[in-house]
Amino acid sequence: MTSTARIEDLLRELAPQVLGAVVRRYGDFDAAEDAVQEALLAAAMHWPAEGLPDNPRGWLIQTAVRRLTDQYRSDRARRRREEAAALREVPGAEPVQRDDALVLLFMCCHPALTPASSIALTLRAVGGLSTTEIAKAFLVPEATMAQRISRAKQKIAASGIPFRMPAAEEFTARLSSVLRVLYLLFNEGYTSSAGADLHRTDLSGEAIRLTRAMHAMLPEHSEVTGLLALMLLNDARRPARTGTHGELIPLAEQDRTRWNRPAIAEGVRLAAAAMAGGVVGEYQLQAAIAALHDGAERAEDTDWPQILGLYGLLARLTGNPMVELNRAVAAAMVHGPRAGLDLLAPLDERLPGHYRLDAVRGHLLDMLGDTEAAAAHYRAAAARTTSEPERQYLVTKAAKLNTQNRYRSDASN
Amino acid sequence: MPKYMLLTNYDDGIGAGPMSQWDPDDVTAHLEYLRALNQELIDNGELVEVQALTGPELARTVTVDGQGGPVVTDGPYTEAKEVLAGYQLVDVESEARAIEIAARVAAAPGPGGVPLRQPIEVRQLMGPPPGGDL
Repeated sequence: MTSTARIEDLLRELAPQVLGAVVRRYGDFDAAEDAVQEALLAAAMHWPAEGLPDNPRGWLIQTAVRRLTDQYRSDRARRRREEAAALREVPGAEPVQRDDALVLLFMCCHPALTPASSIALTLRAVGGLSTTEIAKAFLVPEATMAQRISRAKQKIAASGIPFRMPAAEEFTARLSSVLRVLYLLFNEGYTSSAGADLHRTDLSGEAIRLTRAMHAMLPEHSEVTGLLALMLLNDARRPARTGTHGELIPLAEQDRTRWNRPAIAEGVRLAAAAMAGGVVGEYQLQAAIAALHDGAERAEDTDWPQILGLYGLLARLTGNPMVELNRAVAAAMVHGPRAGLDLLAPLDERLPGHYRLDAVRGHLLDMLGDTEAAAAHYRAAAARTTSEPERQYLVTKAAKLNTQNRYRSDASN
Repeated sequence: MPKYMLLTNYDDGIGAGPMSQWDPDDVTAHLEYLRALNQELIDNGELVEVQALTGPELARTVTVDGQGGPVVTDGPYTEAKEVLAGYQLVDVESEARAIEIAARVAAAPGPGGVPLRQPIEVRQLMGPPPGGDL
């Protein structure tokens, strides 16, 4: 008997390799994906009782191919498919297997798909999650998620994307599209709720697992290394990020003994390696900033001057006004709240009415001691945020400042 | 992806009155339009839930008397058109897409196939905090 959890892990590791092998042979991504899902299901049913086959990967490929050929045989459009297959270029000379999972990832994160479709398809085809699990993680009905995945597969079929590594001239662009999908998936992980199924629906964990696999396949790509470092360093703070009632705890007030030290050690090591890797991109810079936060014993030990410098680089690289918000906070920590508020001024045009701008302005005015204006900005931010824990945090902040203001005016009367 | 609730109340923009007084074919056309729209949303992988609520005749309003005891009244009946009739919950790429769907709901046909022009309220659901720390 082999433990069910071990089999699940093995199946999810093998899923993209098996799918890659079948797609490589038959070219029909949509049908291959269904066949591989059936093979995985069969394995999950038989292996716990019967034990692992000698060659699990081979077993899965064989089972999937059998399903696929059964389906083709019963398919009235068989002739048409076979003709299409005959016309398709035979990828005989290409190196097989090792890169299949990577090719699959490039396919699922193709820029022709929307990020949401890419995420769903990646979780199923590369991550080996079932549609039920993906639907549960995103809090939508299974039928809805099934349709989303099915449409993504149809889109890939319709756009005729070949199953091979992107050519050198488009590699960088395609890679950045994969990294973006993985990063979005990681951030979606904040939705995952606790429960018995946590390890299956933990999207942040899944994003880390996929990025780790990608890093293993492309160890020299410093943006991949940087993204993995960033995920590990952010995820390491997760145990301290929320209180017992799910309330948000800001970085400065977190109990740092609850941070995940091994993850930080690995993240810091990877972040350093990524920065040494030549061309510096967005994820490396963000990872370097996260490494500085995670490396501080206490909040007051934070190396704000260096963080400010890194946000400067990041702002120049991305031109993203959200980065400017963080730069303003860093500037306030180094040069005082006035300096931070000065940096916010030009953002009124670029982020009109954005709650984050109000939240940061409230924070900096609070630092300055202008508690009334701070409370007003916290209230404005609370009214516009789309996150419940964040709204509670901002409302509480505003309420505390109001109380202070009342005491102050009572005392002066 | 953000989730939006599209809220429909009994108000219609053209004074068509309650459906029970419409021509039966118009009722069928109206319901068929909404059914097809919901099917399309399912096929798109966008629909989370669609629900119709029972009418104000069955509604109860609950408050407490200040000592912890409940006070239950019938209704509200006041302005029937201000009462929630139902909602769709959609999971979409953007607010723009939610608005597009709401416009389709608002254009559902009324008597004589004339668009009902019901006002549809679009409300985003609270989601998770964005990535990173405060």
